[in-house]
Amino acid sequence: MERVPILKLGDILIVSIQIDLDDQSVLALQEDLADRVVSSGARGVIIDITAVEIVDSFIGRMLSTIAAMTRMLDAETVVVGMRPAVAITLVELGLSLGGVRTALNLEKGVAALEHVRGTAG
Amino acid sequence: MNGPTEMPIATNGDVVLVRQKVRGLAAEIGLSLVDQTKIVTAASELARNALVHAGGGRVHIEVLHGARRPGLRLVFSDEGPGIPDLEQALTEGWSTGGGLGLGLSGSRRLVDEFDLVSAPGEGTRVTVTKWAR
Ligand SMILES: Nc1ncnc2c1ncn2[C@@H]1O[C@H](COP(=O)(O)OP(=O)(O)OP(=O)(O)O)[C@@H](O)[C@H]1O
Ligand SMILES: [Mg+2]
Repeated sequence: MERVPILKLGDILIVSIQIDLDDQSVLALQEDLADRVVSSGARGVIIDITAVEIVDSFIGRMLSTIAAMTRMLDAETVVVGMRPAVAITLVELGLSLGGVRTALNLEKGVAALEHVRGTAG
Repeated sequence: MNGPTEMPIATNGDVVLVRQKVRGLAAEIGLSLVDQTKIVTAASELARNALVHAGGGRVHIEVLHGARRPGLRLVFSDEGPGIPDLEQALTEGWSTGGGLGLGLSGSRRLVDEFDLVSAPGEGTRVTVTKWAR
C-alpha cells in the first residue's frame, strides 16, 4: 500500500497526489488526513490533483468525503489542479462533486483559504 | 506487437495495472487526451465492479483496426453472481453495495459502444469500445 505524504504549511495541510493510488491507499489517505486535521488543529486542507490522470467514482467519493469530514472537524478543503480532461470525464460519468470547493492551482487554493489562516487558537 | 492481452483482476493493485495498460494503449492508437481519460475511467469502474461485486475476474484487451480508424476494445468478464435486472443495474444511482451507482451507467456514457451480458448464476460480461476520431 502507498502512503501519501501530508505536508503542513502554517494552518494548512497540503496533500499532493503523485501516483496512481489503489483503493486501499485512497481509504488510508482519508483516515490519515482526518487524524492529521485533529492532531494539528489545521483549519484548511489542500488536495493537489495536478498529477492525477483520472478521477473515477472511488476517488470522486474520497474527495467528497474528505470535504465533508474536514468541515465537521472545523477545517475547509479545497481541491486544486484538476485537469480539463478529468473535469469533462467526471461530468459525463455523473459525478458533480457537489460540496467540494475547487481552485485552478495551488496558489489560488492557498488564496481561497486565506481567511482561515492564522486564526487557529 | 499489439496482440490481444488478458489481465487478471484479483486485487486492488490489478485495477491499477489495468488502468495503466489501457492508458498506454489508448495513447498509442492516438485517442485524444479526453478520450484516453474517458476509456481509462470506464476501465477503472468496470475492473472495480468485477473485483467488488464478483470477487474478481479478468479483462481482455484488444486494439481494433477499423477501416478508417483504430479503436480499443475491453471485455471485462467474471464468474460472479451475475446481475438479475440489467435495466436496474444501468440506472444511475442504483447500487447494491452502498456505492454511488455510477460505475455502469457512467461507463456507458464514456464509451462509443457498450454491451452488458449477465444473468443470475452465469457471471457478467461487459464489453466497451472507444474509437479514435
Ligand atoms: N460484475 C458484476 N457482477 C455482479 N453484479 C454487478 C457487477 N457489476 C455491477 N453489478 C451490480 O450492478 C450495480 C450497479 O453497478 P455500478 O457500478 O453502477 O454501481 P456500484 O458499483 O454499486 O457503485 P459505484 O460504481 O458508483 O461505486 C452494483 O451495485 C451491483 O449490484
Ligand atoms: Mg461500480
